[in-house]
Amino acid sequence: MNSNILQNIILFISLFLIQVVILDNILLFGYINPFLYVLFVIVFPFRKGRGFFLFLCFLLGLLIDFFSNSGGTNAAATLFIGYIRLPLLKTILRKSDIDFLVFNITKQPFLKILSYTSILVLTHSVLIFSLEYFSFADIGIILNRSLLTSIFTIILIMFSIVLLTRKK
Amino acid sequence: MQQIVSFIIKYKYFLLFLLLEIIAISFTIQNHSYHNSKFVNSANFLTGGIYKRVNRFKEYGHLKEHNTQLLNENVRLKNLLSQQNRVLSTEANEIIDSTRYFQIYSYTPAKVIDNQYYRKYNYLTIDKGYKQGLSQDQAVVNSKGIIGITKNVSKNYTTVLSILNENSKINARLSNSLHFGTLQWDGKDYNVLQLVDLPIQASIKEGDTLITGGKSVIFPEGIPVGVISGFEVENNNYRFINVKLFNDMSAIGPVNIITNFDKKEILELQQTTTDE
Repeated sequence: MNSNILQNIILFISLFLIQVVILDNILLFGYINPFLYVLFVIVFPFRKGRGFFLFLCFLLGLLIDFFSNSGGTNAAATLFIGYIRLPLLKTILRKSDIDFLVFNITKQPFLKILSYTSILVLTHSVLIFSLEYFSFADIGIILNRSLLTSIFTIILIMFSIVLLTRKK
Repeated sequence: MQQIVSFIIKYKYFLLFLLLEIIAISFTIQNHSYHNSKFVNSANFLTGGIYKRVNRFKEYGHLKEHNTQLLNENVRLKNLLSQQNRVLSTEANEIIDSTRYFQIYSYTPAKVIDNQYYRKYNYLTIDKGYKQGLSQDQAVVNSKGIIGITKNVSKNYTTVLSILNENSKINARLSNSLHFGTLQWDGKDYNVLQLVDLPIQASIKEGDTLITGGKSVIFPEGIPVGVISGFEVENNNYRFINVKLFNDMSAIGPVNIITNFDKKEILELQQTTTDE
């Protein structure tokens, strides 16, 4: 239990640092930078106490916002996917009740993880860019950037999940 | 009462979510307007410190480029100085009138430690703050042209509203005539800005140079901006004028921050005039 908490603290800090130090400086094709920190929302253990988790999502997003001068866009998007992840997972796995203590997302079938990740990442990107551009006139740019960013984010996250589970 | 409590308990996660979401969105809306000073900005101890460390590594990639740039600027300034010597020596016998030497502008050097150019609202972070005498609404330039205007100032760091920001509006004029317009950015290409409100009486052609107009108290007159790279005339008006910047906005190193000593006087004067 204790090592679990420590693991999550390390995950939180390292994802945040990787995002602001490395990934925000990598611009694929000039303007795409993947949001790897969404991995935190995806792999954070499912427990009954969702309040603390929602707060962590908000905090992580806000920290990223502080670094990128983007107001509250990351906080809003991360919080939103943090809130919808449980109902989404229940729909994807077709389970009405999940045994939170033993449930581990990385032990699910690959396709289920992929679809769960993709939906969360896509929602996250669309929210971020809609809030950033905030106008219907820019709908083309919003969709274009969300789609491209999501693709690279999903690839990165799936690789990271494979790496994280390999170790254990 | 019982019902309210049970309602709150039943929907406590949703209510928490709603509360935090409202906070986040209000930060976002605050960020979209020019006038509000922002709570969420990168001019603080933590972000500035981390960006400064990251920048120590990033700097190396551009050392050569920055060196050439500084060398060119030095040569240009030395040439100006040598011209000055000639002028002064012919006036050697004149009485020096001290009022002619009152300083209007002063320049502070700084380094860009974080640079954005791919968003709709871009900001830069520089490694100088109010401890070094910086304040809000000062011009940030380098030898090749304008960069932006200072926004949030902390003790050692400052955020700069980049010219690549929807809220940025800068007065610019043609170098060969006195017609002026406003420089904006449409969010597409980070090396191309748009000049709007230029009267049709100003005849322009591709390749014309644009400089700052000096109609605001922020930018002094005559700082280079870029060249006109394309325009279209419609209904006897300029539909759009694209300006290619001299600066490569994706690679900015050393910058200068300009302090205008007459700013307060000019603003007070304008204030009293509009009040009357």
